[in-house]
Amino acid sequence: MNLDKKICDDLVANDVSFVTTVPCKQLAGVIEEVDQRDEIFHIPSNKEDEGMGLCAGAFMGGRRSAIIMQNTAIGVTINTLATLTQYYRMPLPMIISYRGELREPVACQVEMAVHTKALLNQMNIPTYHFHWQKDIEEFDNILKYTFMCNKPVAILTDANFWGGYGDQ
Amino acid sequence: MIRSEILKEIAPIIRDHLVVCNIGLPSQELHMIDDQPTNFYMLGTMGLSSSIGFGLALAQDKPVISIDGDGSVLTNLGTLPTIANNATGNYTLLIIDNGSYGSTGDQPTYAGRKTSLTAVATACGCENVVEVQDKDLGPVLQAAIDSDQMTIIVCKCDSGNIKLPVITMDPVVIKHRFMQAVAS
Repeated sequence: MNLDKKICDDLVANDVSFVTTVPCKQLAGVIEEVDQRDEIFHIPSNKEDEGMGLCAGAFMGGRRSAIIMQNTAIGVTINTLATLTQYYRMPLPMIISYRGELREPVACQVEMAVHTKALLNQMNIPTYHFHWQKDIEEFDNILKYTFMCNKPVAILTDANFWGGYGDQ
Repeated sequence: MIRSEILKEIAPIIRDHLVVCNIGLPSQELHMIDDQPTNFYMLGTMGLSSSIGFGLALAQDKPVISIDGDGSVLTNLGTLPTIANNATGNYTLLIIDNGSYGSTGDQPTYAGRKTSLTAVATACGCENVVEVQDKDLGPVLQAAIDSDQMTIIVCKCDSGNIKLPVITMDPVVIKHRFMQAVAS
């Protein structure tokens, strides 16, 4: 299965037409796919809280938005999630590369990985963890759930889900 | 002029347009001077007025004005390249640059010392950056709104605050009426 294509197909099927991204090695393919889709306006951000601001504005402008980012950014977006996305009750699918999990080659990534779910839990953010490729089958339902409840929702996608890091 | 005097002066210019207003005193002042459903008041999240307004401008065609401050822009400088590289003609970023963090007690910002936000915005790739003195803002802002070109305005003014109450309107109400105004 082409995960990058499936993610974009589901985004488009759920009327998500504004996507901001901050790069991660694991997300390179899906970012490229987002960029190539005519149905999606892709705007790279320099930092994830900035991206959440862009998404908030786009949502109020009538477009469903989403952010693609790395889990390390949970550490820099807590305030934005609490005082903007949650406080004003805005939906925001967060497609997150879950670095520092099984098959991770970079030790430092584990340091934020061990906090990721705890922080999301503390924030009462509905969180889904994609570990197997078949988990992508839930993505469409997660998007529908996000726009039903008007909340930020996290989809953590680990290295195993993406097929590992090859020779590393 | 101080920020509240500037907001009083430009209120008739921005009244009929979508405005995203910075956290703290700027939102409180605008709310007191001329509350409109077309105003989105930020109650938190320092630094994101520019980004929220820009996302809004990209998502629809009506003119959008982000009212920001020098301290807030310094918090989110990274968004200036994003704005520059995705420029949209219906967006105006108004930076009220009083050289201080007004809402927290007028501590000086670096914009009031060596750092020029006009030069920073230009260096980030913004093509239409105008630095203006407070008393001259009105016509410059009107021209920016009327123009098909995205404009960044850096309005130099005095620091200083007036006493006024906090905004007690619920955030969901602010969002709801703003979205209705956007869609109307």
